Amino acid sequence: MRSIWEFLTTSANWGGRRGIWARTSAHLWLSLVSVAIASTVAVPLGIWVAGWKRGAGAVAAIMNIGRAIPSFAILALVLPISIRWGFGLGFWPTVVAMVALALPPIFLSTLTGVRTIDPSVRQAADGMGMSRWETIRQVELPLATPQIITGIRISTLAVIATATLGALVAFSGLGSFIEEGRASFDQPRYLGGAALVVMFALLAESLLLAVQRLLTPWTRP
Amino acid sequence: MAQSDLDGFFSWQWVFDRQATVRDRVIEHIQQTTIAVGVGFLISIALSTVAIRWNWTAKPITRAAAILYTIPSLALFTALIPITGLTLLTAEIALISYTLINLVPSIITGLQSVPASVLDAADGMGMGRARRFWTVQIPLAAPQIIAGLRIATVTTVGLVTISSFVALGGGVGAFINDGRARAFSTPLVLGVALSILLAVGFDLLFILLERLIPPRTRRTAQ
Repeated sequence: MRSIWEFLTTSANWGGRRGIWARTSAHLWLSLVSVAIASTVAVPLGIWVAGWKRGAGAVAAIMNIGRAIPSFAILALVLPISIRWGFGLGFWPTVVAMVALALPPIFLSTLTGVRTIDPSVRQAADGMGMSRWETIRQVELPLATPQIITGIRISTLAVIATATLGALVAFSGLGSFIEEGRASFDQPRYLGGAALVVMFALLAESLLLAVQRLLTPWTRP
Repeated sequence: MAQSDLDGFFSWQWVFDRQATVRDRVIEHIQQTTIAVGVGFLISIALSTVAIRWNWTAKPITRAAAILYTIPSLALFTALIPITGLTLLTAEIALISYTLINLVPSIITGLQSVPASVLDAADGMGMGRARRFWTVQIPLAAPQIIAGLRIATVTTVGLVTISSFVALGGGVGAFINDGRARAFSTPLVLGVALSILLAVGFDLLFILLERLIPPRTRRTAQ
């Protein structure tokens, strides 16, 4: 534990292009972009599939299996394509792997959120003459919000922890401390890197819990 | 082996030449996954029972599970090696820790969804606590518990591969790692495909298990 503390309190470790500040902000930006892309795809997809009479279970099962695809395999597969198309090393290959990682939880929780809405609520919306779009926006989306945010929260935790693998394709985030520390048997460095990731993830989780409470005041006890 | 076998995106020949290795890796992968989910499940049952019995412990327990989950796997494996060595135990400690985040919440919600009247009836029939737990509460909570187990298992199948990075077995992950290191797509694709197949296999087992639960208990629990 003392070694982690030393790593974190050495000011030389904080500044510069390869310092804690630069890498934390790169890590933050990458996580934001990845979770944003994943949410933009997964939430509408979840709402759409939830409306299906048949086949939603099959889509859910396929999405669930997607969790078994190792992130570092996606990184390795995407890397050559990214280089060929001019997206280069580092950021974009990692984003692709993180979007793939973040999709299943957000999709599945949106699906559950919409599917568990009491049918009588939807009937009431129909009875009031709401169009499909109005029902989605004013009824389904708000009622499914707690689950949707839960999904986003789980994905964010997973992305922040797993984006460390980006170091394998030269993404300079918090994972770089872990990789460098591992390579040079520098225990304070990789443990310090891991500690930063955990703190960062917990901070993000608390933030998202607060957002959840703000967005859904009716669920507050 | 002819050089041309290594050129394409995927060489069946390469795989056929290594059938025995493929089989061993798959078996190893199944073992590592089963141990992790099995032990993780028992620990989660214990933690969930504590969380339900003493309500105030629920938050710290789920929070601790989340903290364990956010420890980057490579760092955790690396940190454990000096303590537990290059053994299966090292890989399993990490893998088991990662199952808790999915298992604990689903077991807690499952157990809490059992109606109090059912518990009263069990008490009235003179069931002891342990018997009531295993023959009444667990079966009634089964749908939620199995849902959690499915997610935990599929996630573990993916995570096992990472242990290949630090020479801790890693099942079919060894192929992925080999392909990555040599920029050779055949083992990489093989590793990913086997990982997906294993996940599908485990998932089907759980779907079957869910079907085996008597229909009446399934309906009551929902």
